[in-house]
Amino acid sequence: MHNFLFGIYPYIALAVLAIGSIARYERDPFTWKTSSSQLLRRRQLVVGSILFHVGVLIIFFGHLVGLLTPIWIFDMLGISHGAKQTLAVVAGGVAGVMALIGGCMLFHRRWTDPRIRRTSSVADIGILALLLAQLVLGLGTIVVSVGHLDGHEMVKFMNWAQGIFTFQANAADHIADVALVFKLHLFLGLTIFLLFPFTRLVHMLSVPLRYLTRPGYQIVRSRRTGPAE
Amino acid sequence: MSHLLDRLNFLQSKELEQFADGHGQVTRENRDWEDTYRNRWRHDKIVRSTHGVNCTGSCSWKIYVKSGIVTWETQQTDYPRTRPDLPNHEPRGCARGASYSWYLYSANRVKNPLVRGRLMKVWRKLRETKTPIEAWTTIQEDPILRSGYVEIRGKGGFVRANWDEATEIVAAANAYTARKYGPDRIFGFSPIPAMSMVSYAAGSRYLSLLGGVCMSFYDWYCDLPPASPMTWGEQTDVPESADWYNSGFLILWGSNVPQTRTPDAHFYTEARYRGTKSAVICPDYSEAAKFGDVWLNAKQGTDAALAMAFGHVILREFHLNRQTPYFEEYCRKYSDFPMLVRLEEKNGKYVPGRFLRAADLDGTLGETNNPDWKTVAIDEISNGMVSPNGAVGYRWGEAGEWNLEERAAGADTRLKMSLIMDEDRDDVVGVDFPYFGGAATQAFATGQSFPDVLTRNVPVKKVKTVAGEELVATVFDLFCANYGLDRGLGGEWVTDDFAVDVPGTPAWASKITGVPTDKIVHVAREFAQNAEKTNGKSMVIIGAGMNHWYHMDMNYRAIINMLVMCGCVGQSGGGWAHYVGQEKLRPQTGWQPLAFALDWGRPPRHMNSTSAWYAHTDQWRYETLTADEILAPTAPDGDWDASLIDYNIRAERMGWLPSAPQLKTNPLEVAKAAKAAGKDIPAYVAEQLKAGTLEMACEDPDAPENWPRNLFVWRSNLLGSSGKGHEYFLRHLLGTDNAVLGNDLAEEGRPLPKEAKWHDEGPRGKLDLLVTIDFRMSTTAVYADIVLPTASWYEKNDLNTSDMHPFIHPLQAAVDPAYESKSDWEIFKAIAKKFQEVAPEILGKETDVVALPILHDTPAEIAQDQVRDWKKGECDLIPGKTAPNYIAVERDYTAFYDRYVALGPLMDTIGNGGKGISWKTEHEVQALRNLNGAWEDGPAKGCAKIVTDIDATEVILMLAPETNGEVAVRAWDALGKATGLDHMHLALPKEDEKIRFRDIAAQPRKIISSPTWSGLESEKVCYNAGYTNVHELIPWRTLTGRQQLYQDHLWMRAFGEGFMSYRPPVDLKTITQEVNRDAQEGTPHVVLNFITPHQKWGIHSTYTDNLLMLTLNRGGPVIWISENDARDAGIVDNDWVELYNTNGALTARAVVSQRMKDGTTFMYHAQEKIVNTPGSERTGKRGGIHNSVTRTVLKPTHMIGGYAQQSYGFNYYGTVGSNRDEFVIVRKMQKVDWLDREATGKEAAE
Repeated sequence: MHNFLFGIYPYIALAVLAIGSIARYERDPFTWKTSSSQLLRRRQLVVGSILFHVGVLIIFFGHLVGLLTPIWIFDMLGISHGAKQTLAVVAGGVAGVMALIGGCMLFHRRWTDPRIRRTSSVADIGILALLLAQLVLGLGTIVVSVGHLDGHEMVKFMNWAQGIFTFQANAADHIADVALVFKLHLFLGLTIFLLFPFTRLVHMLSVPLRYLTRPGYQIVRSRRTGPAE
Repeated sequence: MSHLLDRLNFLQSKELEQFADGHGQVTRENRDWEDTYRNRWRHDKIVRSTHGVNCTGSCSWKIYVKSGIVTWETQQTDYPRTRPDLPNHEPRGCARGASYSWYLYSANRVKNPLVRGRLMKVWRKLRETKTPIEAWTTIQEDPILRSGYVEIRGKGGFVRANWDEATEIVAAANAYTARKYGPDRIFGFSPIPAMSMVSYAAGSRYLSLLGGVCMSFYDWYCDLPPASPMTWGEQTDVPESADWYNSGFLILWGSNVPQTRTPDAHFYTEARYRGTKSAVICPDYSEAAKFGDVWLNAKQGTDAALAMAFGHVILREFHLNRQTPYFEEYCRKYSDFPMLVRLEEKNGKYVPGRFLRAADLDGTLGETNNPDWKTVAIDEISNGMVSPNGAVGYRWGEAGEWNLEERAAGADTRLKMSLIMDEDRDDVVGVDFPYFGGAATQAFATGQSFPDVLTRNVPVKKVKTVAGEELVATVFDLFCANYGLDRGLGGEWVTDDFAVDVPGTPAWASKITGVPTDKIVHVAREFAQNAEKTNGKSMVIIGAGMNHWYHMDMNYRAIINMLVMCGCVGQSGGGWAHYVGQEKLRPQTGWQPLAFALDWGRPPRHMNSTSAWYAHTDQWRYETLTADEILAPTAPDGDWDASLIDYNIRAERMGWLPSAPQLKTNPLEVAKAAKAAGKDIPAYVAEQLKAGTLEMACEDPDAPENWPRNLFVWRSNLLGSSGKGHEYFLRHLLGTDNAVLGNDLAEEGRPLPKEAKWHDEGPRGKLDLLVTIDFRMSTTAVYADIVLPTASWYEKNDLNTSDMHPFIHPLQAAVDPAYESKSDWEIFKAIAKKFQEVAPEILGKETDVVALPILHDTPAEIAQDQVRDWKKGECDLIPGKTAPNYIAVERDYTAFYDRYVALGPLMDTIGNGGKGISWKTEHEVQALRNLNGAWEDGPAKGCAKIVTDIDATEVILMLAPETNGEVAVRAWDALGKATGLDHMHLALPKEDEKIRFRDIAAQPRKIISSPTWSGLESEKVCYNAGYTNVHELIPWRTLTGRQQLYQDHLWMRAFGEGFMSYRPPVDLKTITQEVNRDAQEGTPHVVLNFITPHQKWGIHSTYTDNLLMLTLNRGGPVIWISENDARDAGIVDNDWVELYNTNGALTARAVVSQRMKDGTTFMYHAQEKIVNTPGSERTGKRGGIHNSVTRTVLKPTHMIGGYAQQSYGFNYYGTVGSNRDEFVIVRKMQKVDWLDREATGKEAAE
């Protein structure tokens, strides 16, 4: 069971994430959007959204860098495992609290404002609830982590994550003995990956960075070569 | 290929090239997403149609259809081009029109025939054992069964029915009513035929074959300006909007062109580019105000004072100090200025009396035909008195001298306008003019103080009449005195200084209107200067803003006076442009036979709605305005002390106004009784009326025999839009929940009417059956017993014309009627067919007795030289002369449907006509037989078929001079016989033109000039009212034959309106101490004048439940209020507020705006109460509509009849439903209660 959840399920989740996102981008491009409800009511959105997004972005990149950077790079840079973990706990904790506060504001708004409630899909409410749960779990792991600040637990997760991405058959073994809260956190994280293509989260993949570099402000699209379908 | 791969392909640069110094770039990217939008607008076909009930715009639209669904609409741009020096008509259309297709598939659509559940249940049960007639009889004669559905009207509870069942109930109800009470207890209300002529005709043809009553709309809407028939003998005739472009000076007076005439507004803009100067006069900062070079924000309801001051300036500077040749010549020829008026002596003082007539003079000036109806003037050539051509007396009984040539008795004349010169006058005497400014209520009081009679000096001549020596004066001299102009004759109340505060001067008007004196002088001067330089190209565009006041005649006549003084009427680019709800039915004379079944029987039953609703909704039981409040201090002696309904009863009795119902006895029984007595019908009815055995229904409107029993409402939202006194409709006509807060006359202890019988208990629920035919669930539909789903404007074939442009164009079925709906034509056909099946049980071939009032444009219009009431023994009852005519009409109820779908034989035998002329139509009828086919057997054998709606359009187009050149030539020829002039040149070039339905489906067509209208359609001029009067010398259809600025009827003089004067709004006394709970409790509130202008966010005046429009504004009813008033009442923008007075209450959100003038509140009219309307705190009932706080009030001068131009015409003349003098209490609502609760057991609709 443990092997399925942390050895096979990650591949299922990541595969659905990749294939699902591509399929949605190809098949249903008009649904590829943030579905912002700012038009319906602006109040409470601005603060909540900024807190939430800044927090989540910090956490996301923290996890990305923290988990997937090979451990020898840290060693080479002379960053001790303990220091890295302390950094992760502090930065992650602060960002997590920010995201949680923002997320709660957004959830409250989405749940109680009748206009927004009416225009929300199950997926809109569900994914926000899952993200909040994940934030709570993530903050919950800090409680465990402060018990062993030497960082050896953290290395287990790095090994697991890197093992998954390097197709090591026994990757799940690295985390066989970690605390339950970590496992729940991991499982929920993978589930969010799994649900990703079916929700508004896809907007993460479309960062309009091109606008920053685009030289012209008058854009003319070239003539189509083939006939319209 | 793949969006993702395209996006991720970094091998090829996204940028192809740059331009504009690198500010622009051409990109390489996938464009397939664009197809989505292309597909959204892709369509299978485009069909021409338009919007069909009450928008004057009459814009032709492209309706786009994809897969059998209407997807969208855009403006047509293919109107025939104008001349090179005139902008084209397109684009025409507005955002409201473009939102219409929303209705077709919206939740508001009525999809099936609906019947009130309780009625349906009983009906089905009874029908198991009974015939339809028996079933309906049972329901009506059992008070419990009847009240079961009557009392819950408006409370939901509809069930689905099928067409067969629904039409059967209607047919049975109609048949039962005709048999039991008379066919004139079956009413039908539908407005503005011009916008969908066949749909209107469908119902009115049904009613007319039945003997039912077609109710007017134009007067009821208060869009009819009675000043127009008074002055010109013409309902309303106006320039097309293109003619604005020809104007040099445009006044927009109470008209908000960009907002309410959106498709025409471009001509206004274009005129401004051409250099036309424009003054905008309205109390609020309207959209139009922004167009003006000058904006005069006169206080609401005081327009007559402003116009009078304009007139004062124009007379002073252009007629007295200097005689402008063009103005002089115009007034001499085309106005009644030169006519002589007898001065009546009363207690040693003089008041203007009747026009001097030929009959008053010894020898009658040689006139033997109608000398009583030929007015007299002084001829400069012979220096004697003459009876100039053109008076109404020349119109009837002789031919050839009814024209405006400067001739009298075969000799040339030149009429003298003034007796001011010493050699012309015999004396100068003081003449009394009433002054009404002192009657102003608190909101309009100014602190000025003048006596209520102003005596001014007038030059007079002594004339020997058959009654002895009398003094006479010209209209012009009296007119100048009335305007307070000092002409060097001395005396009081006149001045030659604009800055002196004497009634009539700019300084005086400034105090009343709030407009500075210098601006008044400036605008008046420029208006006249322009007219002088351009021969009359100064124009006034007027909107409902002014016509909806109780004394609207004064506002209008004051402006008409200005225009006549400046020679503007009948000149292209000049004149009076009243655009309020009239929507010219251009092929009217072709349409009338179809619409009123004149092909089978004449006359039809027509009723003026204002008087009818006033009586039948019992608004008269609450009347607070008394005759002495509006009577002139100069009134001749007479029995003036009567209530307003008494005046109406007298008018009906004397044959002035129509009646519905007509007699208390069933007219089918009257005919039988006459036959049994062996007498002809008019004689029998006259004898019985005199004996008192027959009574007129109007004398006892509350007697059950006299109730309207069945009412059809189609193409209309009577209860949600035009129904002034909404709560009284609910209380008395429908008998359901209502919010009337005041008391009736008896409860209030006010004097009761003298002639109307008073019942202590006002009846509730007079109607047995209300049938609403609509495509949407309107307020009226919600209150109906049966709702029939009709085709929308994109689902039927019909015709459409307007006064705003010269084209006729169609409505067409872009798609079949959705769900179970049918076109109006098919619906009434279905009811007619059912009627023919059901009715023969109790109705066969019957003789109906139809009462006909004395009609304008018929020889009868010169019936009553004097006012005499037969009932008071002042004269004998002579039907058609001193009373209504009583005419036998044969009806064959067994061939009802067969007649409905065939063009009957009277078109062959009698022919057709309109406005006093007639012509033969055999040729056209034969052409219709060939075109539509003829019935081969049955009761209509040999008659042309009118089976489909397109057949019906062809009948109209074939018979009308406007669409059939051959008929036009014949009609002009007929008119030429009366005038003695040749007018055929106006139509001869178009003699071979015949416009068919398929022609206008291809492109809108310009109509052909016709003598039933006073303007021309040609390549040389735009359509302009009065043009043929001025240029073809065709008399106006008035007593004098000229533009008549003095009204000499006894009642006009009694009510002080012989001449125009400023009359402040009347006191309707609806803010009583008893009703004003806020004053009692000391809660914040303001009392404001309640004004109901046209919408910005609804399709003209009817459709506001459109989601797109609701989204653009605030999603429900709103009122507008000024910042100061809002502050006083503690209201901030978007607050829920409540407005109430004794008439009822309404709820809305407040729009607090700087646009508003303090002291007024606007509520755009016809904001449905079915959308977003919470409960009222004051009444505990659901908040009402705009008309919940209004009540209709009649004006006696509008009832005058049998007197040339002041004779009745359907939608032409009569009482009008004014509503702007009303005040309301405005307060902020404390708690918004939507009343979303389960109905209680008694209420539950089942």
